Amino acid sequence: MGKPVHQLDRVVIRFAGDSGDGMQLAGDRFTSETAVFGNDLSTLPSFPAEIRAPAGTLPGVSSFQLHFADHDILTPGDAPDVLVVMNPAALRANLADLPRGGRLIVNIDEFTPRALAKVGYLEDPLADPMLTSYHVHQIPLTSLTKRALDGFPVSKKDADRAKNMFTLGLLSWLYSRPTESTLAYLESRFASRPEIMKANVAAFEAGWSFGETTEDFAVSYQVHPAPLPSGTYRRITGNTALAYGLVAASVRSGLPLFLGSYPITPASDILHELARAKRFGVYTFQAEDEIAGIGAALGASFGGALGVTTTSGPGVALKSETIGLAVALELPLVICDVQRGGPSTGLPTKTEQADLLQAMFGRNGEAPVPIVAPRSPADCFDVALEAVRIATTYRTPVILLSDGYLANGSEPWRIPASADLPDLRVAFATRPNHVGPDGQESFWPYLRDPETLARPWAVPGTPGLEHRIGGLEKADGIGTISYDPANHEHMVRTRAAKVAGIAASIPALEVDDPDGGASLLVLSWGSTYGPVAAATRRVRDAGGRVAHAHLRHLNPFPVNTGEVLAGYRRVLVPEMNTGQLALLVRARYLVDTVSYTKIAGVPFQVAELTHVISDNLGELPG
Amino acid sequence: MSSTTADRPTTLPTLTAKDLKTDQEVRWCPGCGDYAILAAVQGFLPELGVPREKMVVISGIGCSSRFPYYLNTYGMHSIHGRAPAIATGLATSRPDLMVWVVTGDGDALSIGGNHLIHTLRRNVNLTILLFNNRIYGLTKGQYSPTSEVGKITKSTPMGSVDQPFNPVSLALGAEATFVARALDSDRQGLTEVLRAAAAHQGSSLVEIYQNCNIYNDGAFEVLKDPATRDAHLVRLVAGEPIRLGAEGERGLVWRRGHLEGLDAASVPVEDLVVHDPYDPDPTTAFALSRLTDPSMAYVPVGVFRDVDRPTYDRQVSAQLEQASAQAGPGDLDALLAGGDTWSL
Repeated sequence: MGKPVHQLDRVVIRFAGDSGDGMQLAGDRFTSETAVFGNDLSTLPSFPAEIRAPAGTLPGVSSFQLHFADHDILTPGDAPDVLVVMNPAALRANLADLPRGGRLIVNIDEFTPRALAKVGYLEDPLADPMLTSYHVHQIPLTSLTKRALDGFPVSKKDADRAKNMFTLGLLSWLYSRPTESTLAYLESRFASRPEIMKANVAAFEAGWSFGETTEDFAVSYQVHPAPLPSGTYRRITGNTALAYGLVAASVRSGLPLFLGSYPITPASDILHELARAKRFGVYTFQAEDEIAGIGAALGASFGGALGVTTTSGPGVALKSETIGLAVALELPLVICDVQRGGPSTGLPTKTEQADLLQAMFGRNGEAPVPIVAPRSPADCFDVALEAVRIATTYRTPVILLSDGYLANGSEPWRIPASADLPDLRVAFATRPNHVGPDGQESFWPYLRDPETLARPWAVPGTPGLEHRIGGLEKADGIGTISYDPANHEHMVRTRAAKVAGIAASIPALEVDDPDGGASLLVLSWGSTYGPVAAATRRVRDAGGRVAHAHLRHLNPFPVNTGEVLAGYRRVLVPEMNTGQLALLVRARYLVDTVSYTKIAGVPFQVAELTHVISDNLGELPG
Repeated sequence: MSSTTADRPTTLPTLTAKDLKTDQEVRWCPGCGDYAILAAVQGFLPELGVPREKMVVISGIGCSSRFPYYLNTYGMHSIHGRAPAIATGLATSRPDLMVWVVTGDGDALSIGGNHLIHTLRRNVNLTILLFNNRIYGLTKGQYSPTSEVGKITKSTPMGSVDQPFNPVSLALGAEATFVARALDSDRQGLTEVLRAAAAHQGSSLVEIYQNCNIYNDGAFEVLKDPATRDAHLVRLVAGEPIRLGAEGERGLVWRRGHLEGLDAASVPVEDLVVHDPYDPDPTTAFALSRLTDPSMAYVPVGVFRDVDRPTYDRQVSAQLEQASAQAGPGDLDALLAGGDTWSL
């Protein structure tokens, strides 16, 4: 056939359709093909909280955006270059995001008067002269799929549902994607229903052939693989990376992993992933509520397991009292909060970073808890290991703050060798640690390691170390109940000093300041890393001088944080909340930070941050 | 609940009640029924032959929940209502341990009601001692979820209007495999029930009527006073007809779907209900639990139900073993490199 092939350096595609149209699957498969091909990539799925909102309505629109490139990229892209819409609702919900000149692929079969009316189109939007500013491909995707499946022993409904594979085939042709991974996927996914498998494969291949033969597409495109560091890669989402990080921590610590959890969006996939890790001796306990989830995890920690609970912000609120108990008991526990829009039920499927202050302060009494946050989907793996290191070394609950964007977003991940992962082995107490004046040996549960201030972890079953712990204040050392004023003061300050002391074990805050002469520092945490780093690159490409520092540890901060901040005339803190890190940094370091905040349920756009950084630069004397 | 026989020492038990005491001063009010329960537990535990490091007592909040501090085993005094949840994590991940939960009527049935019913339905291998004094003691005298309707307390000056729970009925409704009731002052009866509970595999719930001599004194006096107790107490003995009344003069008979107490002499002996705690059908056990309401006219004590059902921890462990047996033990490198990969 031989249509011309054009080279591109990067492409952003958005698949959009009804929740039932299989857009997440189409996006996911396209991403796999792209990953196998070797592009760098970043994805952002967006789906309604409702499982099946009424078909064809705006609330029912589900989309999947993918950014892939021949160089390293940091975000799923601000705006699509290509928008695929399966129905009028998808067009209505997404067209405003498509820049002029963008490519629009429309399934015209679904543009019936009734479907148009359902989303408030009074006239056919495809007849709108405004559309001439896009490259529009009006394709009867549904009827082409049905025709391709004519004679296949599948129901009308199943034939209709295969239109996502037809679409995927077309897009795979358009961007010269390898198809093996999709064919292998369909074979294994529908192994028990060969007729469905064959129909989907046929639809996929028909979509590819349609691209090759139709005059509607004059050229196809190629995006060369990205020069990433050598190694073996896979694509990974934040939730999967987090689950794998916890399994890896269990293997590397030698402690059985016990997950106590209650299903909640967007954290449930961690529970699902760990439920499949039984071969690693992983216990997954689906509790009756959030409180029982963390309670069981803490009980398992008392017994010498690696206790973990996974949840989102509303769940953390319910777990607060147990986190406080873990602070008092000084037992290891990891609380993973996959943040979503709040308050209350808020925006279950949308992202936000508004639980930082809840993590920091959301308990009664003085109850300091270390906080760590991953910066990208793959980074969830490393941060899970780090959370476990802190929890087991310092015998403390640790809060890990992921978010909905990281949880469901994906990127290529260079697979580490297990032997290269941190050694997290833990020593349980085995012997009495105190000798009384009478020479009698005994076990004092709150006798601390002088360096870490951690107390011994003596697990039930160890003879001679029987002891009682609880939420009442303890006498330091001996661990008996104490209402003594001086002891309480000492214990509150000791628990705080223990958490503050973790700073000695974490790396210094690094600053990305290539010229060394910037007067503006952008400080980010969590998932804003990608857009902030991409925006600082753009500003530099345009000749601006800007520094970027990213906090992985939110409590305690790296020891040099104050020094770093003091080195810049202005510190800009972009956050997907109303300024929570800015509040902490101002209080702690007396730095007059400038906040840029957004609470829209979606990540920052690179263009938006580029403007904000440039504006701030413009306000500073050269 | 019992730890598996393999974990039992082969030598004779050497623990004594004294070995189970701690150096902590017991701080319940003088005259509290908790003292009698503590003495019964300390006296009975050594006979199990379980080393004390294998025993763990988890409690919530309330007077009863101070219990772990006074027992020289591993223990945790946790937070209000959550002991069954915490104990579930421990018992599931450490099936070698013997786990006890000590709780009260407020702790187990009010703030912790959800954890209690779910622990029972799962049949987690632990024994729950529910001290029921029908009042809030530690917060100084408010009515509890087992207080009788019309209870006048500081928080209910005109009398409470809430219908109380019957803990035995509740446990049976929650699919418990072992449910029993005992009296704090009846050392022998309490010990027998504790023994049966400890021998049971799975969740055991033991309701212990416990006198709070400060805020609800005499709540169970009718069951303790030698002049009245025999007329009210119904001692459940497996395999024997259930008899009511001071002289056992009445027998229990099913009539039109209800259990009725009739003159035993007037009823054919084959019609008398014979106590069978091992009956898989909980119907009769539930009907027995209803005899208590509302006025303690008849109060069955002993084991209502004691049936076998696979325990939660064993089923969970079995799945872990099965997963390893089917696909081999977990290989971290293989897990990380699963799915579609590519090399550069």
